[in-house]
Amino acid sequence: MNGRRTEAVRSYGLILAVAACASLAPLFVGSNVALNAMITALIIALAAQGWNVLGGFGGQFSFGHAAFFGAGAYAVALLQTKFAINPWLAFAMAIAFAGLVGLAIGYLSFRSGLRGSYFALVTLAFAEVFRIVANASPFTGGAAGTLIPLRISPANFQFSDRAVFFDLLLAAIVASLCITQWLKLSRFGAYLIAVRENENAAQALGVDVLDVKLKAITLSAAMTGAAGAFYAQYFLFIDASIAFGPWISVEALLAPIIGGLGTVFGPLFGAVILHFLGEIAKSIGGRIPGLDLALYGALLILVIAFARNGLMGMISARSARTTGRGAA
Amino acid sequence: MPALDILAAAVLNGLMTGAIYALIAVGLTLVYGVLHIINFAHGAMLSAAMFAAFLCFQIGIDPYLAIAPLAVAFFGAGYGLQRWLIGPASHGDDRNILLVTLGLSIIIENLLLASFRSDTRTIDVPYGFSSLDLGFTFLPLTRLMGFGVACLVAAMFWLILNWTDLGKAIRAVAREKLGATLVGIDVRHIYAVTFGLGAASVAIAACLLLPIFYVNPRVGNAYVLVAFTIVVLGGMGSVAGAFIGGLLIGVVESLSGMYFGESLGQLGIFLIFIVVLMVRPTGLFGARA
Repeated sequence: MNGRRTEAVRSYGLILAVAACASLAPLFVGSNVALNAMITALIIALAAQGWNVLGGFGGQFSFGHAAFFGAGAYAVALLQTKFAINPWLAFAMAIAFAGLVGLAIGYLSFRSGLRGSYFALVTLAFAEVFRIVANASPFTGGAAGTLIPLRISPANFQFSDRAVFFDLLLAAIVASLCITQWLKLSRFGAYLIAVRENENAAQALGVDVLDVKLKAITLSAAMTGAAGAFYAQYFLFIDASIAFGPWISVEALLAPIIGGLGTVFGPLFGAVILHFLGEIAKSIGGRIPGLDLALYGALLILVIAFARNGLMGMISARSARTTGRGAA
Repeated sequence: MPALDILAAAVLNGLMTGAIYALIAVGLTLVYGVLHIINFAHGAMLSAAMFAAFLCFQIGIDPYLAIAPLAVAFFGAGYGLQRWLIGPASHGDDRNILLVTLGLSIIIENLLLASFRSDTRTIDVPYGFSSLDLGFTFLPLTRLMGFGVACLVAAMFWLILNWTDLGKAIRAVAREKLGATLVGIDVRHIYAVTFGLGAASVAIAACLLLPIFYVNPRVGNAYVLVAFTIVVLGGMGSVAGAFIGGLLIGVVESLSGMYFGESLGQLGIFLIFIVVLMVRPTGLFGARA
């Protein structure tokens, strides 16, 4: 118990230290282009933190987290434009809504006992259904999407300085890191890991598997929904192919796997590395489209082939070797 | 309620498309049945095959004549991919295979994007406008050709699986990997052959699609999402189920497109997919992943 507490203190300290360093970044980054790229990377990191709760800790690989990202994004946009709800309140409601969507999808799929490839496929199908509906329904603005009117004011969750938005996003990342750290050491997290390692054994030991999975997908969807809400609120625009497109699902899954599945910092680390590499590829490849993404795919295969616990796993394995301590 | 002849035309049209869906699904279900994973690169391989057929057309080879050489080439490519990349990289873990094929699909799709850009292209074949007059509707020759060849190839797959030693070995590996090893079957070879057959099926489907559809780097995705549905509907791993499921889904798409409008046509497919997964998950799947 004592060792656990020291680990917790050390990890929360590390989270705060990383956040403090990152919050200084806008001071050194002059251009809006670079800040934009960083904000996009952090939004993906937040979506990936959400994916990691269900996929990394719970072992349920979703291929359709765009369903939750899009739910959050559309909710924050539509609550403001159609119902004139204050953006901050809309933001909170969007997170709750995404969580509910997660609960509903989870209930439908887990109750039917879908796992492995089947769960991956059914989540993919849900994201596609949402995309087709959002693309066709007049309520969501159809194929033209929904525009949030520009009204710059802190009360409207719109800022003239992008750095403020960056810091808010960072605060959300810190919150997600803390939730993940809590999850790692909590009893609920232990159940979730037990379900990942061996669902039948967990059930035999008295873990309520359905209940644990439902809580995990709700939390996971709410976190990814928050990322979607940030996206809509930052770009003030959302359409079906951005919100529910397969690319969001893929990035939310790539970042944790490359960074390190079921680790606290893996998704953040993975998302930052991916986007950093992507930017480098873009600057080298110039106007050739797709090179950055092809690189993502190659990295995914390399990590699976040579670093089964992701980049975080490589780092902790190395530090364990040099200091003789176990991996944190 | 539309008139009967319009309904019949829609069903017929659906069957024509459905046969090509079925062919794509047969390749997917074969790989699923043996390797027990969803091949996420199936769609990207279809896009690659369509570009290969497109390039053939540009140097003067008719898509229907390209079927045989492309099928052989894609069989070889699929064999190599499974034997020397997917197999070794995934360390025998199912989830890893899923992710490696996802990685492959990202690489293939974006290399196509880098080489051909995102432009949508079509080809003009001299017989593109010929059609068969059935009295109540006209049936384009290209669609009829797609239907016929798809049926023929699916039948060939079925014959290979059920009447050859290779088919027997494939079925043995699908049923019981360890037992197959014990009786002297080279499991890694069979895995690679199966993956190669899956690749050959998309190569053939690509040649049939090119005269009636457009090609761009992401074109395969739309087809493969539909193929996933068909594979689940027909029972994962069942070749006959995939074929019948393909025809069924083609008709459903055609009819729901007629009733709900073109943009919602695919909605019916996904709703069926979700409902089937929810209501009869084990009944339709047979063995569990």
